[in-house]
Amino acid sequence: MTRHIISIRDFDRRQIDRLLDNAKRIDAQKYDRNALCGKILATLFFEPSTRTRMSFEAAIARLGGTSISVGSVEACSMAKGETLADTIRVVSGYADAIVIRHPKEGAARLAAHFAGVPVINAGDGSGQHPSQTLLDLYTIRQSMKLDGINVALIGDLRYGRTAHSLASALSLYNAKLHTISPKGLELPSSLITELGERGMEITDHQEIHDIIKEVDVIYVTRIQRERFPDSASYFNVASSYRITPELLASAKKHAIVLHPLPRVDEIDPRVDQLPHAKYFEQSKNGVPVRMAMLLQVIQ
Amino acid sequence: MKKQEDPENEGLLVRRINNGTVIDHIVGGEALNVVKILGITGTTTESLSIATNVPSGQMGKKDIVKLSNRELSKEEVDRIALISPGATINIIRNYKVCEKKGVEIPDLIEGLVRCPNPGCISNTNEPIRSRFLVTPKGLHCAYCDWVIARDITSHII
Ligand SMILES: [Zn+2]
Repeated sequence: MTRHIISIRDFDRRQIDRLLDNAKRIDAQKYDRNALCGKILATLFFEPSTRTRMSFEAAIARLGGTSISVGSVEACSMAKGETLADTIRVVSGYADAIVIRHPKEGAARLAAHFAGVPVINAGDGSGQHPSQTLLDLYTIRQSMKLDGINVALIGDLRYGRTAHSLASALSLYNAKLHTISPKGLELPSSLITELGERGMEITDHQEIHDIIKEVDVIYVTRIQRERFPDSASYFNVASSYRITPELLASAKKHAIVLHPLPRVDEIDPRVDQLPHAKYFEQSKNGVPVRMAMLLQVIQ
Repeated sequence: MKKQEDPENEGLLVRRINNGTVIDHIVGGEALNVVKILGITGTTTESLSIATNVPSGQMGKKDIVKLSNRELSKEEVDRIALISPGATINIIRNYKVCEKKGVEIPDLIEGLVRCPNPGCISNTNEPIRSRFLVTPKGLHCAYCDWVIARDITSHII
């Protein structure tokens, strides 16, 4: 195991299971509150993602460490004048680990190359975001075993990187994938080929209704308005992908609904009251999962 | 380039060289790409002869590139394998072939091709060279995971 966490693809099943087991122990309050006492985490966010950053800051604080960061505005001006390589070399001198979010794909790998301390990728461009995938898996595992489950991915599957990483992680667990997406926002064919080669069964469906009775997990991603020529066609598409209590009435009893948040119109607020709704739980799980990640790289 | 006169004696097609490298058995039509891959342009100093579409017993048609006064390094030679894995390299010293080698497909190529992904960190002003893993599917960007599946030469920097 490298000490950096850059991509979920770098993990095998055993490594994922171990990390999720550690997160579970942390969640059960079985952890040393001073495990990272005196350790400093630098959060370098070159594009805003307040929640991911807060979640990492909460994670280091719960383990007795502290975090330092540059505001996103300064980070932008830093990005203009200085190479990322130089920024990383400098910040390596201030902290025991670096969490980075950057608009360019591959930025976290570059950071890992120049850093003298462990690097955790908190999202690079449309590339990887492994902490999100790990907390998605963790949330599913709270309700069911990961092996052989039927997972519906719904929404923007072309640009939705969380769906890509989740799909590739689930392929390690022989999960079956069901995809439901608007025309033009389908899962990239290169990813379909890759998942197929890993032995994953993928079925595309017109509507979530076609498959609602069979799925264990409904993973919803945001359909962005700017992907559509006008708001009328956006609303048209968005409404036909909406998760409602009426739809969930025919779902399996234990089926869960996940969403990487923030949601807009994808999930009817009335769903929040149903036992299927796990998206707030999912977001809360970000802290123990990120604590487990920090323990793994810093200790 | 001279016109093909004697297929049995292709060595005479272009002048013999005193010292340098002869790259033989290049896939027909790929000689100019081989030259491109080696970074040879009008402004570099090598003297260069190229023969293309020479009839060849084994290959049907092949290309030959002769470079005077330059011995190619292993890294340079292996890059040729990306477009012509059957090529052979003859190092010439004093008009004699003193070393003959095949090309091996490298595991990793650095600084040779540009990542086609405009959002890739390797296309910025960072102090890095492009880095691609050579896989059965093509060249895999070590930064952004983009795969160049075909027409590698059009991505050469
Ligand atoms: Zn790239």
